[in-house]
Amino acid sequence: MAQIVIKNLKKQFGDFTAVRESSFTIEDGEFFMLLGPSGCGKTTTLRMIAGLELPTSGEIFLDGEEISQRPPSERDIAFVFQMFALYPHMNVRKNISYPLVSQGMPRAQVKEKVAEVAGILGIEDILDRPVGGLSGGDRQRVALGRAIVREPKAFMMDEPLGALDAEFRERMAEELRALHDRMGATTVYVTHDQLEAMQMGDKIVVMNNAVVEQFGTPQEIYDKPATMFVADFIGSPSMNFLKFHGKIGSSSSDVAMHETTFAVPQSREPFEGDMAFGVRPEHIRLSDVAPFRAEVLATEYLGTTQIVTLNTAGGEVKARIPATQSARAGETVGLEFNPDTITLFDRQSGRALKSELNEGVLHG
Amino acid sequence: MSSFSITEPSNRTKWFAGTLVILYAVITMIPLVWIAITGFKSPADAIAYPPKYIVGSESEAGFQPTLEGYVNLFTTRTRQTQDFLDANPPETWADEIVRQYDMVIVGPSKFGERFMNSVIIGFGSTFLSVFLGTLAAYAFSRFKIPLADDLLFFILSTRMMPPIAVAIPIFLMYRQLNLSDTHLGMILLYTAVNISLAVWLLKSFIDGIPTEYEEAALIDGYTRFQAFYKVVLPQAATGIASTAIFCLIFSWNEYAFAVLLTTANAQTAPPFIPTIIGIGGLDWPAIAAGVTLFLLPVMVFTILLRKHLLRGITFGAVRK
Repeated sequence: MAQIVIKNLKKQFGDFTAVRESSFTIEDGEFFMLLGPSGCGKTTTLRMIAGLELPTSGEIFLDGEEISQRPPSERDIAFVFQMFALYPHMNVRKNISYPLVSQGMPRAQVKEKVAEVAGILGIEDILDRPVGGLSGGDRQRVALGRAIVREPKAFMMDEPLGALDAEFRERMAEELRALHDRMGATTVYVTHDQLEAMQMGDKIVVMNNAVVEQFGTPQEIYDKPATMFVADFIGSPSMNFLKFHGKIGSSSSDVAMHETTFAVPQSREPFEGDMAFGVRPEHIRLSDVAPFRAEVLATEYLGTTQIVTLNTAGGEVKARIPATQSARAGETVGLEFNPDTITLFDRQSGRALKSELNEGVLHG
Repeated sequence: MSSFSITEPSNRTKWFAGTLVILYAVITMIPLVWIAITGFKSPADAIAYPPKYIVGSESEAGFQPTLEGYVNLFTTRTRQTQDFLDANPPETWADEIVRQYDMVIVGPSKFGERFMNSVIIGFGSTFLSVFLGTLAAYAFSRFKIPLADDLLFFILSTRMMPPIAVAIPIFLMYRQLNLSDTHLGMILLYTAVNISLAVWLLKSFIDGIPTEYEEAALIDGYTRFQAFYKVVLPQAATGIASTAIFCLIFSWNEYAFAVLLTTANAQTAPPFIPTIIGIGGLDWPAIAAGVTLFLLPVMVFTILLRKHLLRGITFGAVRK
């Protein structure tokens, strides 16, 4: 089991920069998510940790040892591929035992290990089947079996649930998390699905355009987004941005937006210019008396809650309110925001303005 | 299945297609069958008119099958005086056959030797072409090679004129290098001709094998070369088999260079078979016997690998 430290890691393919100097630390035993849209550099980062790509510059420490230039076979890291990459010419048993055979482990011991792993994953009965005819879930289990059988220092998983049916994904996600909790091995997991990341991860790194945008626990990432990209990428519906031109003092606790004053977490830096008032849908309340007025455009009924789309002076916003509250298209209502949860952004750079709320949040 | 299905052909279409295929098969088979039959005729029956094509002597078109052609193919014979023949009664069935022409067998013919030359040179160059082709195709497919596209085009360009166009330079070069009439020389020559086909065919097959398999093997603790031969090679078996068949068919059947460059030591079967001369004219049954035997190895090789060939000639296009 191991701690992985990434320092100023950079990868270029010719003129294209896949990963710009990135740094973060994966603690021993963590289930660590690399999250971002496709092409953001998350898979390249994962492949550099595993040794399938060599970094252009920067360092990777595995348990304090610098490994960035070593071949994958000398890193003791297992990798689960998105398309599983099971050896098609071998049966399940051979696939799982393959990493052990390369280490020259005696045959009896290999057999024992494979049986043990098959027991953990519940695939004893398919050990002698060819991998070609297996269902997606079973292939996934075999791929996991091949990864865990040699007890590596860390697991790399590249969208391992991406090739599964929607209904099966959830079950495998639970199995994966349970497996991780049981083995306690450091796991780095790449996904573009923010729900999956929030659901399974201990820590999340959000990447965009080859840059680490934010690094933290799911709660931090959700409640204290460091950039507008993170705020927009995480959550469904995502955070609302009310656009306005205004200013805020260095320790002021309110901000004037479209002729209304709102309480916000105490500011830690002065700013004047194009700003965005970031508020999550569940932190908006509809109130008849509130001075900030909005017109209801549409409602979406979701059972216990409903999503109301409103038109305000700062642009369109979505609010999540109880399903029992009435809201009809065409009505004009007042809006109130939960002041402790507000994040103000510099619209130009997309960066969150420092405040009481997001102190200590790690930027990339 | 409804009778108006778009994907499933109607019974009439199937019947028509089946008839066409069978007709085509019969037409292409006729020369082969004729050669095989001729190998079992006597020289007189072989050139009889109207032709004889039924086994048995009763009817007009019937002939009595005999192994004369095969005996003549494998032996050298001399005509002897009656005194000599009377003094030495025939010992084997083969002796009996040649006795009807007042001849005795004095030794084996060159056919066995020539046939072995064909086997050594044909299979040797096939092996070498496929071996080098696989390595080159893997490199082109997986590594960033400077000017890779230009190199591939250059490799293909060696096939842009008929090889025989450079026969005279090769003839002179081979004489200088002492490669004329050697097994090695012929193997190298056929390999040079086949390698571009092998590289291009195999590259398309290896391109179709996802790199994840090798990466998985690298992660599992294998070196790149181990990943290549333990994971990529088994996946490429189809492509390798069909490439091998194409290479073998070329080098096995090659005639022009064999005539030009080989005489005694390394002569292959194709230039030898037409030189089988009988008594007073070409010995058609012996030639037919030689051709029949000559066809067998490629046929057997192709039948053994036919599963791969059928999948192989689609060039991996249907692979996802």
